[in-house]
Amino acid sequence: MSDRTDAIYKLSTDQQIKILKRLIVQAAKTAGEGHIPSAFSILDILWVLYERVLKVDPKHPDNPNRDRFVLSKGQASLGLYAILSNKGFFPKSYFKTYSQFSSILGGHPDSNKIPGVEASTGSLGHGLPMAVGMALGLKILGNRSKVFCLVGDGECNEGSIWESILIAAHHQLDNLACIVDYNHSTDRALQLGNLKQKFNSFGWETVRINGHNHQEIYQALKQKTDKKPYCVIAQTIKGYGCKLMENNPAWHHKAPNEEEFKEIMEQLV
Amino acid sequence: MNMRSQFVATVENLLHKDSQLVLLLGDIGVWGFRNAFTQFPQRVFNIGILEQATVSVAAGLAKTGLIPVVHTIAPFLVERAFEQLKDDFGYQQLGGNFVGVGASYDYASLGGTHHCPADVGVLKNIPGMEIVVPGTAAEFDKLFRQAYNNGHPTYFRLSERANLQDNLTKLGRAKLIKRGSKATIIAVGPMLAKVLEASEGLDVSILYYSTVYPFDSSLIRTNCSSGKILLCEPYYEGVLANDIYQACSPQQLIIDSLGVPHHFLTNYGSVEEQDQHIGWTVPNIKRRLKKLISI
Repeated sequence: MSDRTDAIYKLSTDQQIKILKRLIVQAAKTAGEGHIPSAFSILDILWVLYERVLKVDPKHPDNPNRDRFVLSKGQASLGLYAILSNKGFFPKSYFKTYSQFSSILGGHPDSNKIPGVEASTGSLGHGLPMAVGMALGLKILGNRSKVFCLVGDGECNEGSIWESILIAAHHQLDNLACIVDYNHSTDRALQLGNLKQKFNSFGWETVRINGHNHQEIYQALKQKTDKKPYCVIAQTIKGYGCKLMENNPAWHHKAPNEEEFKEIMEQLV
Repeated sequence: MNMRSQFVATVENLLHKDSQLVLLLGDIGVWGFRNAFTQFPQRVFNIGILEQATVSVAAGLAKTGLIPVVHTIAPFLVERAFEQLKDDFGYQQLGGNFVGVGASYDYASLGGTHHCPADVGVLKNIPGMEIVVPGTAAEFDKLFRQAYNNGHPTYFRLSERANLQDNLTKLGRAKLIKRGSKATIIAVGPMLAKVLEASEGLDVSILYYSTVYPFDSSLIRTNCSSGKILLCEPYYEGVLANDIYQACSPQQLIIDSLGVPHHFLTNYGSVEEQDQHIGWTVPNIKRRLKKLISI
């Protein structure tokens, strides 16, 4: 099924991620739409998560003993698709169909269509409480697998996020980690302030890291806690790795024209 | 036993029988489920007053193979958490059970914030959502046991009012109570008691629906030769009208609709006073029925 080859793994990590970024940009250009900067913001985190932390098997995506990852900020779906296809959950050729009528790859991830996607997200504030339910369910079932969830900082405006944070702490879900993609893209609307302090005051153990530093990401994601859920506040840059898009709100949901495409691809060599 | 007590008894019994069942209470019914809390501390939770997250948490539980039951007051369960019901259960096609109390104006004296006559009309917009409106405690018990683990999201509308007799049916099946020729009455859930009294001596068919969705279209299609229908629903009036038209098409129909009128009820008092106010009385049902027959 997969067209994954081990050739990509002979390259440096930086080169491997650039290849995935090119894949993302090409898909968005072909489709005429896509949240490219959101995907770039989380790609380093997902890379470390899937390559070095998560226990998942692309050949058995429904194995009950797998770790779970929920992309709560579903608009960054292209980032998740790139990582999943690279792991062999589905062929990279599917990217050519991104957002087409019959494609399994839409603007937001669909768990009923895509192997490896744990939850259908897109409406913000749904993924984290579903991840909390998964973590609670695994505890009930005596399953020692872990649940990771990535939320956006803008998503942290939603009340259901803070409801979930309360529930997770109360039920001592130390099998749950929430990663905040803190790229400050919605500071223009609401200032979240000291997010670490907020999570801590809700009863979570919290660490703040550079969300593009793989060693920091790895150390944070491997952290174990005792009777507390764990929050990783990842300082990220929206559109990371592409100067044209970095922290530029005009690119939030936009496909590049020919000239922009050329410039972006040159930066990703 | 009223429906709420039956809900406790049924779920307690199923908690014993089915280790997949998990109960989430929105800080109501805690005293009623006190034995369940003691016996099943790993599967019975007073999750708190946060309905949106609760419904999504329930979806997460369902994703691990468990069977969630969420219980709280209807407006907070249905209207506040509607998008969670739509996306997390409807769109993802997950099984779960949502048991609401405070149907329409069961909490009459608490005012409009605690009324919920819109629940069925709202939830019918979620494809695949099953909607059960039991008329008695025994009907709830039977329908819940049939539906709770069938892999669909199901809403159970508990009511303070109940019919005098049980009419047990399978999920999704309506029941012919009486056959007549001049008109057909559709009574949904606890509306049946007054409908029976109002139709005494009249040559009409009475169809009883305790499952609203999936809608039993075959029973109305085969019991409506008059083409005249009085639709009696315990929520906002007219929710089933289009389903009836589609079921009977191309037959020409005259449908009169009795239910909660589509405006805010701003008075308090009792359920009976609200009934009087909106015309949910035996004489008024009889008057409307006779008028329909005379057309």
